[in-house]
Amino acid sequence: MSTLVSPAPAPAPQPAAAPKNYLNVAYGLKSWLLTTDHKRIAILYLVTISLMFILGGLAASLIRMELITPDGNLVEAQTYNQLFSAHGIIMVWFFLIPSIPTVMGNFVIPMMIGARDLAFPRLNLASWYIFVLGAAVVLWTILRGGVDTGWTFYPPYSTSSSYTNVIPVAAGILISGFSSILTGLNFVVTVHRMRAPGMTWFRLPLFIWSLYATSIILILATPVLAMVLLLVAVERITGFGIFDPALNGDPLLFQHLFWFYSHPAVYIMVLPAMGVVSEVFPCFARKNIFGYRFVAFASVAIAVFGFLVWGHHMFVAGQSAYAAMTFSVLSYLVAVPSAIKVFNWTATLYKGSIAFDAPMLYAIGFIAMFTMGGLTGLFLACLGLDIHVHDTYFVIAHFHFIMVGGMVMGYMSALHFWWPKMTGRKYPEGWGRLAALTIFFGFLMTFLPQFLLGYEGMPRRYYHYPPEFQVLNVMSSAGATILGAGYVLPLLYLLWSLKYGKPAGPNPWGATGLEWQTRSPPPTDNFEVTPTVTTEPYNYSQEEVPRGG
Amino acid sequence: MEASRTLLAHHFRDLDQQREAQLAGMWIFLATEVLVFGVLFTGYTAYRTIYPEAFAAASQHLNLFIGGINTIVLLSSSLTMVLAVYATRAGRRRMQVACLVLTALLGTLFMVFKAAEYTIDYYDELVPGMKFNQQEWLAQRVNPREVQLFLMFYYIMTGLHALHLSIGIGLIGVQAVLAWRGRFSPANYMPVDLAGLYWHFVDVIWIFLLPLLYLVGTRTSLA
Amino acid sequence: MFAEISLFPEQASTAARRVDALLAFMLSVSTLICLLIFGLIIVFSIKYRRRPGNEHPPRIAGSNTLETIWTAIPTVVGLVMFVWGVEVYLYIVRPPQDAMEVYVVAKQWMWKIQHPEGQREINELHVPVGQPVKVTLTSEDVIHNFSVPAFRMKIDVLPNRYVQTWFQATKTGRYHLFCSQYCGVSHSGMVGTVVVMKPEQYQAWLTSHAEGSIALEGRKLFLKYQCVSCHSADSFARAPVLEGLYGHEVRLQDGRTVLADAAYIRKSIFNPDADIVAGFEPIMPSFQGQITEEELLKLIAFIKALGPGQTPKRIDQSLPPVAEPKAKQPAQPKPSQGGAPKPPARESPKPAFGAGPKPPANAGPRP
Repeated sequence: MSTLVSPAPAPAPQPAAAPKNYLNVAYGLKSWLLTTDHKRIAILYLVTISLMFILGGLAASLIRMELITPDGNLVEAQTYNQLFSAHGIIMVWFFLIPSIPTVMGNFVIPMMIGARDLAFPRLNLASWYIFVLGAAVVLWTILRGGVDTGWTFYPPYSTSSSYTNVIPVAAGILISGFSSILTGLNFVVTVHRMRAPGMTWFRLPLFIWSLYATSIILILATPVLAMVLLLVAVERITGFGIFDPALNGDPLLFQHLFWFYSHPAVYIMVLPAMGVVSEVFPCFARKNIFGYRFVAFASVAIAVFGFLVWGHHMFVAGQSAYAAMTFSVLSYLVAVPSAIKVFNWTATLYKGSIAFDAPMLYAIGFIAMFTMGGLTGLFLACLGLDIHVHDTYFVIAHFHFIMVGGMVMGYMSALHFWWPKMTGRKYPEGWGRLAALTIFFGFLMTFLPQFLLGYEGMPRRYYHYPPEFQVLNVMSSAGATILGAGYVLPLLYLLWSLKYGKPAGPNPWGATGLEWQTRSPPPTDNFEVTPTVTTEPYNYSQEEVPRGG
Repeated sequence: MEASRTLLAHHFRDLDQQREAQLAGMWIFLATEVLVFGVLFTGYTAYRTIYPEAFAAASQHLNLFIGGINTIVLLSSSLTMVLAVYATRAGRRRMQVACLVLTALLGTLFMVFKAAEYTIDYYDELVPGMKFNQQEWLAQRVNPREVQLFLMFYYIMTGLHALHLSIGIGLIGVQAVLAWRGRFSPANYMPVDLAGLYWHFVDVIWIFLLPLLYLVGTRTSLA
Repeated sequence: MFAEISLFPEQASTAARRVDALLAFMLSVSTLICLLIFGLIIVFSIKYRRRPGNEHPPRIAGSNTLETIWTAIPTVVGLVMFVWGVEVYLYIVRPPQDAMEVYVVAKQWMWKIQHPEGQREINELHVPVGQPVKVTLTSEDVIHNFSVPAFRMKIDVLPNRYVQTWFQATKTGRYHLFCSQYCGVSHSGMVGTVVVMKPEQYQAWLTSHAEGSIALEGRKLFLKYQCVSCHSADSFARAPVLEGLYGHEVRLQDGRTVLADAAYIRKSIFNPDADIVAGFEPIMPSFQGQITEEELLKLIAFIKALGPGQTPKRIDQSLPPVAEPKAKQPAQPKPSQGGAPKPPARESPKPAFGAGPKPPANAGPRP
């Protein structure tokens, strides 16, 4: 009984009224736009990033449609360049990086640690407004043509050659970066200072460990991006070189600084998804996680090592062979903690009692895709191979396996897992499973051919290509259609469930964790009484955790 | 007047937890600022390593006299800031207000001197794109483009620092007014404490900027 | 669309084999790991699926032994991959000493390539097979990337800097050249071809077909000075066909036989009346004073390389002559000859030159 909330003293008799939860405690636009409740802010983020995902996906659809034929005949070259730039910028900064931290992190972190809110609720709301402002600037600029520099903004092209709207887009990204920083700051202080009595570090759910590691990266890496983008803008405005070789600047300096942020950024994207898997696997195998401390430390190790490997994006860029070798060996070492996690998750299934609800299907899909994506990362870390596959579709396939096959599936897993908690409704499980399978197969069909294309040598960012590459491109585009359909399904049935889904009780999955000990949807202050923690996390085997409603 | 305000935010257990959280938040924010300036320090160091002569030559044209005065001004302002925090915790309202006002004034003095320095730099033809004399540098056998690179870093770094300083001055100014109205007390000292942390950080950045930018190579004159 | 499909790039360089071997190793190890993980997940998912009787799993906290094993093994495997990768990488980035040099300038959106003797190419690179080629590259504007998948070769090309790489082609053929670093609107159009030829073909190309080669320059002069109007491919024309002339014997009118070497050609151009070819009129004007010594050498190179069927057509565009030829038009006969402006057609085609004495012409005024 120790993890359960001590029951509140018997209230005075009242007419039977539905208890207020965070959703119905107040109505009206002002109550939402001026809220400081972390749960409402999470919903605000959910709406915003879903919109950004749809926009980024539209850009991707156009790209894949163009690539069905070897000639450039759907859009013009300049438009294509703007499309892939928009796709990258929107997806990276306005979907992948915020998604799990701002939606699930915001919603669940205080509850998981037994707190009433994050450490700085008003700062949390400010984060959302800053995010929206950044998104608005970027979207408005994209509507006016956006940029054609790619999401990587390499000078001297971005500073001296491109005629597109580099500065507004850079400004929008910079603004949204502050949103990331403040969110990370909020999470770190929350985890350090707001834990309920008895919630020691090693009793924390692994989702918290993952988000903590993510937040460290958010705090330390994002400022570097902000500054680098500012320097690009300065160079563009003043015409004076910081990176432009014509003015004795060094374009490689940009690359070093940019990737110093952008490599840890990919761990910002994937660590939260790993945290989700660490919650979902124990729950649906009804077993504690195998190797808790190893998984926890592996998260931190990924965050730390992730800062040391940025040069592996620059193996052919002109850095010295010694630098290349250093970054290569470090890149192999950063893969080890990820491998440790995969092995631990797999071992969690051993002698478990496994159910295959949608969150679990997505989580298993995550492991499959992340394993493949991670292994192909080893190909890229390999100096001799990378020379051949750098800047080809091999790289595109690799990072989409991690980001889409990995991170987005993790996000979908989290969304389905915590949906009953967030909305008080259950989604239709059959549709959930169908969508998971559609996404899984659609994804494989989209991106597996791209590994072959990459080894063939098809370069990135090409809108027309030699005809012998067409078959693989057509397969990829066909897969993309299926993948797109797979993403439309949850949009539809999740929205449907808001009105017609079966009401969910406090703990429909029978999961451990403090967030499941309170109502669905939770009250504004999360708990009637602050809980006290005395047992280890994921204690499925010791306790009969009631599977309620 | 402020007795009715509860200091404790509803999501915190007690004032201690709240204060610790606020302090942690400010330190983390300062860490992010270190990274921001770190980009500039990294870039500057990279170029200084490849263009040592040009950077040394350019550095010696900066006005170390004003830079030195500004350092004294800023360090003094940090002293007054520390005293303001002390005064707040000790409940000495008049001292508190005086020190906050002095801090803001000293900060503003820094900005005034900085503006003067930029003006002198303009007349010394040290502004790439606006007033810059290529021939003068070529005559000294120094690559003018490398000098311009140095100057870009100089303006960006001191400019960014000045921006942070301005925000600090605004913050301290507002707090001085609030202090005059009796908002802060030994119980409610955290805002001043946090502002102090920020102010000291801005000071520390300047302490790094000065030698890095002004003291490259050996000088023969102060200006 | 289905006629051409390519699933694996050609191996056309010494590096390609090494890279593909490395790939095979990485693929095998990765496949094993995938099979292991997926296999375990599938097996566990089936064996431990939830059903009545299997609803209370035991508590298994972990196993330090297993953790150590599955930390150590991936680390070791990763280090092996690293070492092998470095080995291949060092092979690729260290050009051998005897490499032939080629210079590349990248520019939005084309590749400008230069061979050491001055031959120039745009978007094409001709190289001989079996010969190490060291490429030195720079960019005129933004960062580009020189990439030849068939050679497994790729390098970023930076402005204001020279970068170097090398390759040794092992198969003749034509291979894709791509720009692999986004560089603007026509990034996808910045493609070309690497043409690998047998060494003899390469030499031939180098001397006579490459832009900037001395023989090609000579060809331009051949047209510019309108030599082609008499020295065409038509054997019945008023001047000998020059294909295959160089290095062979020529029968002169006065009965002598001379070797058509550089000196002979020089004499023929500057002092055409000296050695008249048997069967032809002495109507060629002298180009002394108009054709410089440098140009003469280029003409000689051109004639030297001129093979059967390679005489330019008279309809070729040629630059107008820069000065009036001092002698009269070749069409007009010399006063000593009198007679028709054009020498009458001959009955049988004359060989341009021959080993033996020329058959006497049937008609036409004789000097």
